[in-house]
Amino acid sequence: MGQRVVVDPITRIEGHLRIEIEVEGGKVKNAWSSGQMFRGIEMILQGRDPRDAHHFVQRSCGVCTYVHSVASVRAVDDAVGVKIPNNARLIRNLLHAAQFQHDHIVHFYHLHALDWVDIVNALKADPKATAALADNVSGSLAGGTNYYKSVQQRLQTFVDSGQLGPFANAYWGHPAYKLPPEANLMAAAHYIEALRLQAKAARMHAIFGGKNPHPQSLVVGGVTCVADLTPDRIAEFLYIAKETQEFVKNVYIPDLLAVASFYKDWGGIGGCTNFLAYGEFPQNDKEPESLYMPRGAIYGRDVANVKPVDQMKVTEDVTRAWYEGNKPLHPWTGETRPLKENPKYDTDSKKGKYSWTKAPRYEGKSCEVGPLARVLVAYGKGHEDLKPLVDGTLEKLGIPVEALFSTLGRTAARGLETIAIGDQIEGWVMELVENLKNGDNATYTPYEMKDGQGVGLNDVPRGALGHWVKIKDGKIENYQYVVPSTWNLGPRDAAGNMSPVEEALIGTPIADPKRPMEILRTVHSFDPCIACAIHVIDPESNEVYKVRVC
Amino acid sequence: MGKEEAYFERLAARGISRRSFMKYCTALTATMGLSAAYVPKVAEVFAQPAQRPPVVWLHFAECTGCSESLLRSQYPYVDDLVLEVLSLEYHETLMAAAGHQAEEALQTAVKKYDGKFICVVEGAVATAYDGGYGKVGGRTFLEIAKEVVPHAAATIAYGTCACFGGIPAAKPNPGGYKGVGDAIGVKTLNIPGCPPNPINLVGTIVNYLLLGKLPELDETGRPLFAFGKTVHDQCPRRSHFENGEFAESFGSPEAAMGYCLYKLGCRGPETYNNCPVAKFNDGTSWPVEAGAPCIGCSQPDFWDTMTPFYEEM
Repeated sequence: MGQRVVVDPITRIEGHLRIEIEVEGGKVKNAWSSGQMFRGIEMILQGRDPRDAHHFVQRSCGVCTYVHSVASVRAVDDAVGVKIPNNARLIRNLLHAAQFQHDHIVHFYHLHALDWVDIVNALKADPKATAALADNVSGSLAGGTNYYKSVQQRLQTFVDSGQLGPFANAYWGHPAYKLPPEANLMAAAHYIEALRLQAKAARMHAIFGGKNPHPQSLVVGGVTCVADLTPDRIAEFLYIAKETQEFVKNVYIPDLLAVASFYKDWGGIGGCTNFLAYGEFPQNDKEPESLYMPRGAIYGRDVANVKPVDQMKVTEDVTRAWYEGNKPLHPWTGETRPLKENPKYDTDSKKGKYSWTKAPRYEGKSCEVGPLARVLVAYGKGHEDLKPLVDGTLEKLGIPVEALFSTLGRTAARGLETIAIGDQIEGWVMELVENLKNGDNATYTPYEMKDGQGVGLNDVPRGALGHWVKIKDGKIENYQYVVPSTWNLGPRDAAGNMSPVEEALIGTPIADPKRPMEILRTVHSFDPCIACAIHVIDPESNEVYKVRVC
Repeated sequence: MGKEEAYFERLAARGISRRSFMKYCTALTATMGLSAAYVPKVAEVFAQPAQRPPVVWLHFAECTGCSESLLRSQYPYVDDLVLEVLSLEYHETLMAAAGHQAEEALQTAVKKYDGKFICVVEGAVATAYDGGYGKVGGRTFLEIAKEVVPHAAATIAYGTCACFGGIPAAKPNPGGYKGVGDAIGVKTLNIPGCPPNPINLVGTIVNYLLLGKLPELDETGRPLFAFGKTVHDQCPRRSHFENGEFAESFGSPEAAMGYCLYKLGCRGPETYNNCPVAKFNDGTSWPVEAGAPCIGCSQPDFWDTMTPFYEEM
């Protein structure tokens, strides 16, 4: 029996996550992922107006804000059979692309970077050498010896104050940190720049959505922001999108490559076996044919063989989660009954329950979802933008295609898709402008509420997201969603199959079990969002609410 | 060189002029309801203080949207807040430490700054099943709140969930969720909103640092400077309401002309908040400006009392 190590809370994520590992011979031998909070939004939705659902589900998460709102209105659009105007599709795409740009930048710098970058070590850097390094690898407009000197001085003043705040008590000086001081200082400077950039990037949501987090302008049938389709508003949106994309290309991606070049061994750690992508960004009303990011599933890392996706093959299993029930069910027929007690965390016994997160499976398989799944599916299908981006990156780093199946590959894929998706924004803006020039300013299609069912399959920054709704007497009868972090960070299923993060952690080297920083690298590479991942159903009755939502 | 001068130099180095900074301070001072005489003093608060006031930020049943809203703060940008204005002792989304090292940071801060730190709470507290529906580090939100909050100099509930229970407390409230004040029986200063506007948090903290006390509150614990008037009373579309000019469908010519959204379900008349004046994301917009009816997100129990959202009141 190896040594058990618990990391709880996992910080720098959304929500409350506990990771437990067993270490033997300096490596992870076993792993358990546990979601620690349960709210019950699906149950709260029961009996409410279907038009209101998107406001409720958007509150699943304020980090991946917007995504549940768009998924929900798509599901209800589908249920009532309304075809939204072209301009509404474009605005929904633009808001979603803005979310990808924003979310991936924040993830890289503010949630993930400190796993690779030792901020304290940056104090030892030579500012002049840092400036030279930055000139060499980065296209950042801010730079020069004085710039890095001032950043270093700012950090030094902060450290000297003795009030280390969010940087206190971390794993600084850990032997797994490999960057030289100058690279650490460059990354620290960009961490701060990115904090400012993201505040500006979020304004894109405010322009067509009223605010961020939680933009408010989506409605079943279209969007509400018809009065904002003015030249100045559109130009402002495009200007910010371009500035953000410049940051992506000149700072984020060069930093990603620079950091990756010191951690190539992580191209052999943290990989999964199966992958699922629903695809995203409809270019017209045909799905999945017109999706810019394609839909598909990959089994056994066989990238050359991308399979079509049938949502009816999705099931969820609660054997090891704090719910009643023991057979895997499709979301349409799923029933979720949380234990009505203070749950007991049990990873010791074979059938022990240990998480509020359920275990989704596709054809019974545990599948990784998210940037890596999307990029692999696109790569396998010979995507005209992503294939060259991936090949070019592998060549630059001098690593083989197999290295994609890893923690490093996952983090790199996130950056590469940010380039591809961000590059689509201008085209969509111009399409919108062209429509307006031709006198088409339709943003909303009226519809009659009616009974029926609908589904919305989406791919959002953290991965494949499905919303299912059933409407009866004009009210929500069932509402269910299966979200990315449920796929990636769930528990085992009845057959003992691990979730992607559990699988990915096996074999990870641990230099010091008291400071298991290596764990954070792989866990963070999935960009966990635990508030999204956890579902609830009716605690009072056993069968009335066949509903499950995030 | 005075600390204010040094501060202006640092701002200038980051491309922020003294003029635009003072403009921000003036706006903030006005938002806080203080006279113009306070503007220079407000500016002084942002100049590096001798000891940055310690802040402990607790995450309970939340979506992190409130933390995200603070990250959108501009002038002061969040890096100024974190590096130069406040000392963020514990904040799960931002802190580098994890696991027991993170828990240690919390214990240390509460002990070291006993009675002196500002506690900001994000998210509701589960009270059913011994609080078993929400835990951090193996302890329930309820236990953590009871341990930490009584040691704070002041506790600010930031966002509707922490103030009044918010979405997890909407009917039928499966986890017995409550706002932190109700859950543990203490009085909190409440800055609701879903998300709240960061300018209202900054304004409250500046008020505290400047005057050494919290701002004046309404009967639900909300600062009057931000929540003293209805959205409707401050709405730039108010004249359309008075003239009987209403949008009756999204995407209609009336909606395109910015007519009043009352008939599409706007809850502005019943909602106390400063959205029309403060706006969001550096003054970019707010929901009604984007054609979206107000959903009343700063009112207690709005998920139950304001729904269905798209029906006229």
